[in-house]
Amino acid sequence: MIDWGPIILTAKLALVTTVILLIVSVPLAYWLAFSKSRMKPVIETLVSMPLVLPPTVLGFYLLMAFSPGNSFGAWLQEWFGLRLIFSFSGLVIGSMIYSLPFMVNPIQSGLSGLPSSLSEASYILGKSKLKTLFIVLLPNIKPSLLTGIVLAFAHTVGEFGVVLMIGGNIPEKTKVVSIAIYDEVEALNYAHANTYSMILFLITFIVLLSVYMINGGYLKKFWK
Amino acid sequence: MIKATIHKTLRSAAGKMTLAIELDVKKGQFVTLYGPSGAGKTSTLRIIAGLLSPDKGSIMVNDSIWFDKERKINRIPQQRKIGYVFQDYALFPHMTVRKNLEFALDKKQDKAIVDELISIVELEELQDRKPETLSGGQQQRVALARALVQKPEVLLLDEPLSALDIRMRSKLQDYILKVHEKYHLTTILVSHDIGEIIKMSDVVYKLQDGGVEKVGKPMTVFASNQLSGKFQFVGEVIDITKEDVIYIVTVLIGQNVVKVVAQEQEIVNLAIGDKVIVASKAFNPVLQKIEV
Repeated sequence: MIDWGPIILTAKLALVTTVILLIVSVPLAYWLAFSKSRMKPVIETLVSMPLVLPPTVLGFYLLMAFSPGNSFGAWLQEWFGLRLIFSFSGLVIGSMIYSLPFMVNPIQSGLSGLPSSLSEASYILGKSKLKTLFIVLLPNIKPSLLTGIVLAFAHTVGEFGVVLMIGGNIPEKTKVVSIAIYDEVEALNYAHANTYSMILFLITFIVLLSVYMINGGYLKKFWK
Repeated sequence: MIKATIHKTLRSAAGKMTLAIELDVKKGQFVTLYGPSGAGKTSTLRIIAGLLSPDKGSIMVNDSIWFDKERKINRIPQQRKIGYVFQDYALFPHMTVRKNLEFALDKKQDKAIVDELISIVELEELQDRKPETLSGGQQQRVALARALVQKPEVLLLDEPLSALDIRMRSKLQDYILKVHEKYHLTTILVSHDIGEIIKMSDVVYKLQDGGVEKVGKPMTVFASNQLSGKFQFVGEVIDITKEDVIYIVTVLIGQNVVKVVAQEQEIVNLAIGDKVIVASKAFNPVLQKIEV
């Protein structure tokens, strides 16, 4: 029988990452969609970097930054008692950066795709920008929100490089499924590797399928 | 009521244009901004609403300052208390008709106004429907009602009727006039349709390349020389043909096609697509009821 620890850890990591990422990404995507700042291209580039950068590069720099031997890592440990390398919180931060574009890009394009008259109409009706965002704009980009949430979740489930670099391979703390698979293969335990892989394969398939079903309106047709 | 001096450099597809406009609108007036595309009509409306900031100038409404470049005053749209109907209606797609109107309510405002407006624009049957299931004319009525929920004194209409067919248009013009009267509004309408302007407005501003070319009563502005015609209609030239020494001009008035005989000097400046006034004097028209 396989060890369920990595699977539970992976689910927990993906869930925590997705929730915090959503909270961070909505204001960031809003800013990117509507700002006219000169800094915008730079921020946009930084947000999208994880799409093309090898996860090991990201992991390496995070490892350097978080290491207590380094001034930033030492400061974190001294002031907040946070040790981000080889810990769950470090994994969450790493995954957030790694999955940032998957959450921000759909929300940003959803927001900029809305006609500007919608928010203008709301302002003229005396509603604040915050109220307009939550009551007018976000409810109209539900498909984009769902896409962002699901992609970020699925992407976190499947990550390997970043986790290996800053998390290592500590059972119950940082050993996620993708690393467990690697371990089992190294130990020539192909049957266990296959079980883990199959579980990831199915989760990803089901998750993505449900997004396309919901966003394509297929489910509505069945319900009606 | 509204006194505005507006200067703004606009960049459009056609290049740079300077908008330089003075408006003086009295309380209760129905004013129309007329002019070709790109003349600055919509920009003027957006500036009054606070959706666009002028480079120079001032906007005074009822002795309160909405914009003054020199004194660095620029009220945000939320603080201007106006009603605005967008060209695309800008109804919130995820809310029903009633929810769209209720969203517009001020914090402590009585909900009764929502029912009142729904009944004025005759939307009782449709109030639980989402905007996407409504026709253009129905959406238009929702947008009009929503703009009036907060009981603004100024109503701004940005070509609200341009996407509708003639019959629908005429009906909606009546709705707009009805609420204009009932709520003692001061209304500024952007319109391309001369017939509509003559029917609805007290004053028309004819805009051209960012400036005001003419201001006045619609009949004075649109008829180049004053006619004392008993009978006159606005139409569009759809054909000009030569017959021996005279010309036959075919004019579309509403949905009717009329042929008018013209002399050569009359058609010199006429081209297909021009708006014309067809007038006749010194004759006695006969009225006959049509049995439907």
